[in-house]
Amino acid sequence: MAPDKFQQIRFISPVGSVGGGICCAALDEALAQAPHFIACDAGTTDAGPFSLGMGMPIFPREAVKRDLSLMLRAGRKANIPVLIGSAGTAGGDVHVDWVLEIAREIVAEHHLTLRMAVIYAEQDKAYLKRLLQQNRILPLDPAPPISEGIIDSSSRIVGMMGVEPLQQAIADGADFVLAGRCSDSALFAAIPLMQGFPPGLAWHAGKVSECGTLVCEALGKGVIFTTISQDEISIRPYGDGLRCTPQRVAAHSMYENSNPYLHRECSGTFDLTNSTFDAIDDVTVRIRGSEFISEPYTVKLEGAALAGYQSIIVGGIRDPRVIGQLESWLAGVRGYIDESVSHVLGDELDKSSYSLIFHAYGFNAVMGSLEPDQTHLPHEVGIVLEVTASTQDLAHKLAQLSRQPLLHYPIKDWAGSITAFACLHNPAVIDRGPVYRFTLNHVAIPSTPAEMFRTHFIDLCRSEESCS
Amino acid sequence: MLLADIANLIRSKNAGPFTLTFDIMFADLASYRRVKDSGALNPAAFAKLYRCPVEKVCFFECENALAFKFSIPRPLTQGELGDGDMHGGQQFIPLMNLEIP
Repeated sequence: MAPDKFQQIRFISPVGSVGGGICCAALDEALAQAPHFIACDAGTTDAGPFSLGMGMPIFPREAVKRDLSLMLRAGRKANIPVLIGSAGTAGGDVHVDWVLEIAREIVAEHHLTLRMAVIYAEQDKAYLKRLLQQNRILPLDPAPPISEGIIDSSSRIVGMMGVEPLQQAIADGADFVLAGRCSDSALFAAIPLMQGFPPGLAWHAGKVSECGTLVCEALGKGVIFTTISQDEISIRPYGDGLRCTPQRVAAHSMYENSNPYLHRECSGTFDLTNSTFDAIDDVTVRIRGSEFISEPYTVKLEGAALAGYQSIIVGGIRDPRVIGQLESWLAGVRGYIDESVSHVLGDELDKSSYSLIFHAYGFNAVMGSLEPDQTHLPHEVGIVLEVTASTQDLAHKLAQLSRQPLLHYPIKDWAGSITAFACLHNPAVIDRGPVYRFTLNHVAIPSTPAEMFRTHFIDLCRSEESCS
Repeated sequence: MLLADIANLIRSKNAGPFTLTFDIMFADLASYRRVKDSGALNPAAFAKLYRCPVEKVCFFECENALAFKFSIPRPLTQGELGDGDMHGGQQFIPLMNLEIP
C-alpha cells in the first residue's frame, strides 16, 4: 500500500452491484488516484426470496463476468485487493461457487495471478438449532415465528458477515476476497478499520459508497471514489456529469434503512445523528461526525423456504358491465373454480391446500386495501390469476380448471353466454416453477465472530507459473 | 397545498423484507421547514393513511438531508403470496395528497 496509508485511505466502489455494468473510463480515471482497494457488493434481498431459496443469481452470468473481470484486472494492475460480498445475489454456498467458477475463468483467460480467499456464509441447520435451544437466536422487529421446524423447512439459511472474516482474509494475504452473504458497508469498512481509521467514518463511508452512483444527484454511469482520513470522509464520483451534493449524500445515508441514523452491524451500531455533510467542490462532499457504538456481537440471519409451485393466467377485461361489478364477479369465478376443482380432483385435495389469487391491475392490484382511491372505475382491467399448490403438476391443473370459469362466468346484465376475459396466451397457463418465502428476521449470537463463516484460500495463477 | 406539491421526492421502498420505509424529501430548507412547522406530517396522520397502529410507526425528521422518514412493518412480508409490490416502491401514493396547511 502507499506510504501515506496512515494519513488517508482511498477506495473505489465501481458499481452498485457486480453485474450492474462498470463504466470503464470512470474506473480508469479513479484508478489513477491511487486507491488502496476496490470493493463491490453483489447481493440483495430486494428482488425477493427466490434467489436465496432456489440458489440462483439474478444477474446474467455474462454481466457478472464482465464486471468481475474489470475489477480483478484493475486490482492486479494496481496491486491492490478486491473484495466482493454477497456473491451471486443471495450469498449462499452455491452462489459463491457460481462466482468462483467465473473468477477461475477470468484468471485463466487474462493470465492473472491471485491469492483468493473464499468465505462461505451458509449456516448448518444443526448448529442453528443448537443456538436456538441456547436462546442464542433473537428476533428483530418485526419477525416471523421461529422454531426448529422453521429452520428445517428453510431451503437455505445464510448469516450476514461483518468485517472480521474479511479482515482475516486480507491479513492472510488475499488479493481477492470472495465472500458469501456480507454486510454491504462491511466490505468497505474492513480495511480502513484494520488500518486504525475511526470506526464511525469507516462504516459511514461504506454505507454511502456501496450503491455506486446511486448516491449522486442524478443516477448515471460512473464510479464512486471515497477517501477516509482521521477526521473526515470525502466522497466523489468519476463519470460524465455526475455530482455528489451534501443533501444527496445525507439522503443516501438513510436509503433502504428503517432508521436513518442508527445502522446495526455485527459488532455494533454506526450512529449518524451528529454527521455533517458539506461541499468541498462541485462534485465532492465532506462528511464529519459519524460515530460507532460497540455492542454485543450478533449475526443477522436470512432464510427462505419453498412456498409451493405456481401457475398463472394473464388476460384483461374491457366490458364496463363486468368491471362495474368486478369484485362480486371475481368472487363468483372463484366459487365456480373451487367447485370444478372439487368435482374433478375432489378426494385429492381440499380448498385450504391451494391458493388462488386474482391480481386485478387497474383495480387496486398494487396497493390492495391501502389504495386511497377506491371509487374510480377504470375502462380496462388486467388480470393475473395466480395459483399456488404443493406441486407444479397440481398448480398447472388448477390453472387449467380456472380458464373456463374466467372466460365464461355470466353476469345478469347480459342474456346468454359471454366471454368476459381476454386471454393473452395460448396455452393460457404459464408455469412459474417453485416460489419461496422469507422465513427469518433474526440474529444469531455466535461464541466468536469467526465460528459462522468458513474461509478457503485458493492460489490461482497463470498456467506457465508455479503458485507456490 | 398538497405534500406532493412541496416535496421534490416522495418514495417508498423495502428496508429488508419485513419493513417498508418512506422518504419525503425537499429541494430547499424553506420547503422542509414549511412542512415541519405545519405539524401535519406526523405518526398519527401516517397511521391513518396506512391503517396501522400508531405505535408501529417510526418517524424521523432529518434536517441535514432535508427529509422526513417513516417506517412501518410491511403489511405483507415481501414476496408472500398476495404481495403485489416486491420492492415496495409504489406504496407512497397516499402521502402525495396529504394536505399541508
